[in-house]
Amino acid sequence: MENMDWRNISTPEDIINLGKKKLSGFRKHIIWAILAFFVLIGLKGVIYSIGPDEVGVIQRFGKYIRLTSPGLHTKLPFGIEKVTPIKVEKIFKEEFGMGGVQNRGYAYGNHADESLMLTGDLNILDVRWIVQFKIKDPIKLLFVIRNPQNVIRDVSEIVMRRLVGDYSVDEVLTIKREEIDRLAQVEMQKILDDYQTGVQVITVKLLDVNPPDKVKPAFNEVNEAKQEKEKMINQAWEAYNKAIPKAKGEAERTIREAEGYNLDKINRAKGEAERFSVTLSEYKNAPEITQKRLYLETFNEVLPKVKEKYIIDPKQSSILPLLDLGRKGGEKQ
Amino acid sequence: MKGKILNRSTRLIFALVIFIALAFVGGALFIVDETKQVVITQFGKPVGNSITSAGLHFKMPFIQEAHYFEKRLLGWDGEPNQIPTKDKKYIWVDTAARWKIVDALKFLQSMGNELNANSRLNDIINSATRDAVTGHLLVEAVRDSNRILESKELGEDAIVSEEALERIDIGRQKLTRSILERSKVLAPQYGIEIMDVRIKRINYVEEVRKKVYDRMIAERKRAAEKYRSEGHGKSAEIEGQRGKELKLITSEAYRQAQAIVGKADAEAISIYGKAYSKDPEFYSFLKTLETYKNTVDANSTLILTTDSDYYRYIKGIE
Repeated sequence: MENMDWRNISTPEDIINLGKKKLSGFRKHIIWAILAFFVLIGLKGVIYSIGPDEVGVIQRFGKYIRLTSPGLHTKLPFGIEKVTPIKVEKIFKEEFGMGGVQNRGYAYGNHADESLMLTGDLNILDVRWIVQFKIKDPIKLLFVIRNPQNVIRDVSEIVMRRLVGDYSVDEVLTIKREEIDRLAQVEMQKILDDYQTGVQVITVKLLDVNPPDKVKPAFNEVNEAKQEKEKMINQAWEAYNKAIPKAKGEAERTIREAEGYNLDKINRAKGEAERFSVTLSEYKNAPEITQKRLYLETFNEVLPKVKEKYIIDPKQSSILPLLDLGRKGGEKQ
Repeated sequence: MKGKILNRSTRLIFALVIFIALAFVGGALFIVDETKQVVITQFGKPVGNSITSAGLHFKMPFIQEAHYFEKRLLGWDGEPNQIPTKDKKYIWVDTAARWKIVDALKFLQSMGNELNANSRLNDIINSATRDAVTGHLLVEAVRDSNRILESKELGEDAIVSEEALERIDIGRQKLTRSILERSKVLAPQYGIEIMDVRIKRINYVEEVRKKVYDRMIAERKRAAEKYRSEGHGKSAEIEGQRGKELKLITSEAYRQAQAIVGKADAEAISIYGKAYSKDPEFYSFLKTLETYKNTVDANSTLILTTDSDYYRYIKGIE
């Protein structure tokens, strides 16, 4: 039996014997291998790490024991102790109304309809918003509610739709957005605290708020009409502001002109009156001489202008040019 | 040689581990998580109270069975229902609820599992919702307060239908609470408690929505028209004002100017008059001379007689 090798195998018993022989050599190693295997598994279940933004929730046989802080820790292995790391610093975000998120098979299966909601004046708006939250109590989060993400989403929709249902279309579109944000955050927090979710709502923020597509053009028309109105009024005022000052300027000018005329006329009158007075007093002093002088001055000025001059002796009965002063430019006699 | 490696203590530990593992597998030991509660049954019949504390527990292997149930707050979100309001508006109402298994034993006996529970909740909550919604106006299901009436910041383009402006006593919250009250009643017999029911979504049914869109469009168009006509009106007003003021300014200026001119003329006349009246004859003499200066020109023909003053003067000069 000692020098058995495969060439000499003839019966099944021989094979079995050969197998047994080979196995017995391994037996020692197998047991060591199994032990090593278990040790490795044990180690894996003993050492764990908690990240810097996490806490670890430790349960022993399912029962909550303690929280562990960030770093490397040990626990009991083989399912005796279980660790669940929870991110307590991270800010999570949920988006709403972005379409297609939670299509629950509505009969009107258009995704866009999920963001439609009724306003207080029974009209329809397309509302999109986000919620930011943090885990403030990891124990509550793990042990008190199931599926916290669903709870947060449901509550957010519940609250937002309730709020929008109390405001008018225009308020939600414009002036009351911040108020709604604020109230939504407060109300969500209250409900989530009532449910004991251990979640802290940091912000609720309305993003796009729009009238539904079909109605948008009409809304835009209103804005355009508003602008048109402004434009018309502005243009009218512009024309006014151009015309009135100009007219006022013209009015000023007219009056100035009149005043100028006034001044001119009176000064002229005064001047002439003065001249007359002076001449008069001169005349009064020497009437004959002054008269003669004036007369001669005048004719000295006038005669040269005239081409044809005649002097007639009235005692003569016919008219004869006796002295033709004109042709030869003669002032001399 | 080989057998000596497994000495006595190692053997013991090994055996213990195997034993414990077997105990788990066999079902003598079981773990209850913080999130679960357990009912033990023996041959199908429940034994003892439900176990609600977490940790390691014992039971009889093979004979007794452990049934696990949720201990946490659970969610229910039903399919949306089409419900007519009291004022005959057809709307989709989608509610969501929070509930708990408070008596696991009863739960096991009456419903057995969560699937059945969900369908039972469907019945309970949907019928409660239907009752509540059909008994109230649409406004009462949408709005929560009368705030919208007070805050007349509805804006100048307010699109408000008459029905929207009704004063309500029962608002959304009160309505929801009544749904909750109605639903809560039937729950205990199933070992559950309905903690909260809320309206998640309300939306118009397709046909109604179309009508609402039309109304919104019509109202907006009306507002747009109003703005435009206001624009026309105001600008015409301003134009009129402009015309009026222009007239005022120019006529006033004209009046003043005329007055000034008139005054000037009058004063000049008086000045002249005062001056010339000192010696009217001399004045007319001067004037005549001036006339000669001004009227005689190259085309004139001058005829002087010998007894004219001029001739006299000339003679006199010599």
